[in-house]
Amino acid sequence: MSILDFLRSRKKSPTASMAKERLQIIVAHERGQRDEPDYLPALQKELVEVIRKYVNIDQDQVQVALENQGSCSILELNITLPDR
Amino acid sequence: MSKIIVVTSGKGGVGKTTTSAAVGTGLALRGHKTVIVDFDVGLRNLDLIMGCERRVVYDFVNVINGEATLNQALIKDKRIENLYILAASQTRDKDALTLEGVEKIITELAEQFEYVICDSPAGIEKGAHLAMYLADEAIVVTNPEVSSVRDSDRMLGLLSSKSKRAVEGREPVSEHLLLTRYSPERVARGEMLSVEDVEEILSIQMIGVIPESQAVLKASNQGVPVILDEESDAGQAYSDAVDRLLGKEVPHRFLEIQKKGFLQRMFGGKE
Repeated sequence: MSILDFLRSRKKSPTASMAKERLQIIVAHERGQRDEPDYLPALQKELVEVIRKYVNIDQDQVQVALENQGSCSILELNITLPDR
Repeated sequence: MSKIIVVTSGKGGVGKTTTSAAVGTGLALRGHKTVIVDFDVGLRNLDLIMGCERRVVYDFVNVINGEATLNQALIKDKRIENLYILAASQTRDKDALTLEGVEKIITELAEQFEYVICDSPAGIEKGAHLAMYLADEAIVVTNPEVSSVRDSDRMLGLLSSKSKRAVEGREPVSEHLLLTRYSPERVARGEMLSVEDVEEILSIQMIGVIPESQAVLKASNQGVPVILDEESDAGQAYSDAVDRLLGKEVPHRFLEIQKKGFLQRMFGGKE
């Protein structure tokens, strides 16, 4: 170990700031999910079932997202169809 | 008008019961008729912290089931006028508390008492939900530590969506944050989240900061609410928190490192 490494390792690592950063990210993420309406998962499931009547797709090939922009909400559907 | 206050946290072991006992006792000391209700069915502990474990004859579930009257089940504190305790049941039946039963009893208590303190169990299951359901105000107890802060945020979310006030679209539950086991030394070394950090992450008002203190264990050993240990830092910090709960503006103490005097350093006195 070089002297430089030794000195560096002795420097206190401010773990509290790591904790803060991690918490801010996870809390923001979970608050976003909290505001999602309850029907979203059910809606996604039913949509997949409808599309499956016509095209064979997996659950994860349909993405449903709800975005709030001021007074209006946008329901975004992203469906990946398999290659023919 | 009476106020129903829930003491909750999500995470276990952060000091909900210690806080319920201290805040309830503090309110009674200031002349307000107060009852502290233990919602932790199966894991009753408020009685031990309050030092009345040998006087429990009837409990919350007995009253709900009509096996005892409310007045039979209420335990009057021997030290302080105006203070009563309603113990939790030790039954293992986790469905012993029902929404209707809880609502009936808490409403009845609210008619008799100025303050009804609901000591919530840990978790976000039925017991915790019932404890916060009727609340007008909430004290969210948090340790300056990642899992506790995250769980507190979950709890805040539940308060704003699942409480009776939220369900009925009334004015929301007023939320207060109480930080416990705070160590200014560790904050100064960058090892612990600071008061400002936690306030910023959760964005709610801080009602009190209780320093990590030997007085808390000492008080629970004796069955005396720590707020009655007026010499102790934790007792004084709880006392300030109660004043703030009553609307007084009190500056926060114990946020700075306490400098040890020469004699203290020589003899290692910690109190």
